[in-house]
Amino acid sequence: MGTQLPSTEFDGTDTDDRREAQAEAVLGDPDVPMVQLLRPDGTLGTDPVFSEYAARLDAGKLRGFYADMAKIRRFDVEATALQRQGQLALWVPLTGQEAAQIGSGRASQPQDYIFPTYREHGVALTRNVDLAELLRQFRGVSNGGWSPKDTNFHLYTLVLAAQTPHAVGYAMGIQREQKLAPTGEKAAVMVYFGDGASSEGDVHESMVFASSFNAPVVFFCQNNHWAISVPTTVQTRIPLSNRAKGYGFPGIRVDGNDVIAVHAVTEWALDRARRGESPVLIEAFTYRVGAHTTADDPTKYRGSEEEAQWRAKDPLERLEKYLRAEGLADDAFFEQVKADGDELAAYVRKTTHDLETPDIRQAFANTYAEAHPLVAEELAWFEDYSAGFADEAAEAEDTGTQGTATDGAASR
Amino acid sequence: MTTMTIAKAINEGLRATLAGNPRTLLMGEDIGPLGGVYRVTDGLIGEFGADRVVDTPLAESGIIGTAIGLALSGFRPVCEIQFDGFVFPGFNQITTQLAKMHSRSNGNLTVPVVIRIPYGGGIGSIEHHSESPEALFAHTAGIRIITPSNPHDAYWMIQQAVDCQDPVIVFEPKRRYWLKGDVDTAAPGRSADPFAAHVLREGTDATVVAYGPLVPVALAAANAAAEDGHSVEVIDLRSISPIDFDTVTASVKKTGRLIVTHEAPTFGGIGGEIAARVSERAFHSLEAPVLRVGGFHMPYPVAKVEEDYLPDIDRILEALERALAY
Repeated sequence: MGTQLPSTEFDGTDTDDRREAQAEAVLGDPDVPMVQLLRPDGTLGTDPVFSEYAARLDAGKLRGFYADMAKIRRFDVEATALQRQGQLALWVPLTGQEAAQIGSGRASQPQDYIFPTYREHGVALTRNVDLAELLRQFRGVSNGGWSPKDTNFHLYTLVLAAQTPHAVGYAMGIQREQKLAPTGEKAAVMVYFGDGASSEGDVHESMVFASSFNAPVVFFCQNNHWAISVPTTVQTRIPLSNRAKGYGFPGIRVDGNDVIAVHAVTEWALDRARRGESPVLIEAFTYRVGAHTTADDPTKYRGSEEEAQWRAKDPLERLEKYLRAEGLADDAFFEQVKADGDELAAYVRKTTHDLETPDIRQAFANTYAEAHPLVAEELAWFEDYSAGFADEAAEAEDTGTQGTATDGAASR
Repeated sequence: MTTMTIAKAINEGLRATLAGNPRTLLMGEDIGPLGGVYRVTDGLIGEFGADRVVDTPLAESGIIGTAIGLALSGFRPVCEIQFDGFVFPGFNQITTQLAKMHSRSNGNLTVPVVIRIPYGGGIGSIEHHSESPEALFAHTAGIRIITPSNPHDAYWMIQQAVDCQDPVIVFEPKRRYWLKGDVDTAAPGRSADPFAAHVLREGTDATVVAYGPLVPVALAAANAAAEDGHSVEVIDLRSISPIDFDTVTASVKKTGRLIVTHEAPTFGGIGGEIAARVSERAFHSLEAPVLRVGGFHMPYPVAKVEEDYLPDIDRILEALERALAY
């Protein structure tokens, strides 16, 4: 392992030093080992451990990776447009991170349980979450939108890193469940977070717990280099993958724009976790090509040159080059992928418009699992209050005069 | 009937729930071989093993956070927070995650996590070991808060908390851990509902509402008032969220006067909430303003002056005199 990023040489005060260090961190330090199989030019390299995993991928799987990445990128474009048109309150784009998400998500097994942060739309796709349902949260009609029990894909968590101890606890539950009912199918947990969230105390506590109890959990950190406007160099002075050493389990940096390497490394890590050998930290070295959210403006804090350098490492382009060069996919395939993406976009657009606005009574009903007198009392008050408007509206109608309260509660 | 202390009653309650459900487990700092700093979990690791009585790393957010994950995977974790003032590293997990999980999943997920917190002062301890932070949690929808004041309740309420589908915080009155009383381990009797208040002493002139460590103080104050010819009703609130306003209101409609006492500061406290509700529900029955006897608006003071801070018999009697003077 390389020891330190050049960024450790700057004292953090000089702006030029800082920019230089950031530039190196963004481009990757050649001294820090990084698993890469599919190079940006579309040729396949080798790795002493992970080439074996890549060799298991047949043409169908590789085409599937491409189709997934293209689909989720198209979805991202559509969701961004929906936000711009006022149909969503906010959107969190993933463009640039497709390989990290599809590669890792496709490496998981149905029995594994996944805890995302809130940008893991690609992982959601691999877990068969209806992508239109995913938009409920961003349209403001639900704080969830899908059933985690059906998909083993947990709800998005917006308080950064708060889901990391949940993942470790879930993994501790799997350990205990296997002792109670040792039936066979082994499972692991994978939890996603970013370079920004890596600074949260919950990540530290989670890794301590995971290590202490040898929990079957894989920490999947997408280092996309920007925590809104703050670069990774402010979060860490060493490669994030190196932090695993301090907890006593393996940490691996993988080229997060190389879907083949991400899949291989994640498959290895999940196997290891399922076998009960140890937790693993994966740092997927990638880049958030777009804004943090639709409320963000990256031109205020980073240069277009940097973005261009990363666009040259695009995860879809390099796989397309490989598939074409190896004769694994032809024009017809790529045309079909495009058509499927457009179909998905149309479906998502249509379904988003149709998403039902919930009734606040559902919020009353779901605050507690068991009956609660205060909730019941407040709901009863709300019903009375609402009914009062209805009476007023009806009265106004009867007498032929204009009601004064025909909107709001009256329309319920 | 068995006579035991509150600490022992909780120990026995935990033992019963561990024995009754293989998916119940305890988590916390020093709860294994040591049996917890108050020995509440004494002997349990020997009976149930380290997978079910888990000595955790020293990290409160990690304890609550992993407990949430365990609950999501089908277990019923009971977390021990070592002292009241040490719950705050876990505050984020409790308020943003634990309390909201059922709601934000549209009812799809339940997280039956129990958090035990020894609380309150009067033990001559150092900073952060004597606080009463219950109001900070009561303001958060999605969690329930109960606090036993006697061994029988302690035995049953800890088990009822574990059985509840909602997250429950059990505030344990640490200065009463050694208070002895009869426990009927065969049946909860009147303690079947952990969220119901109990009228412990009937009276006609005024009502005193107390909970946790101040229940014996309120009873003693009522006895002293009786010597002066005043008949005081005493209610053990037992549940802080939800609050059994029906029982409190019925009492005030009878007595016309209400004093609420707790160790926590009065400002923004449970007493204020009770006063507001009672003024809404029993305004015409009130002969005097609802008075509060509680802590001052200051960080919990050093041990050598805590007696000046904590509500005691005389302060409750002083409030009673003011109420009766209206």
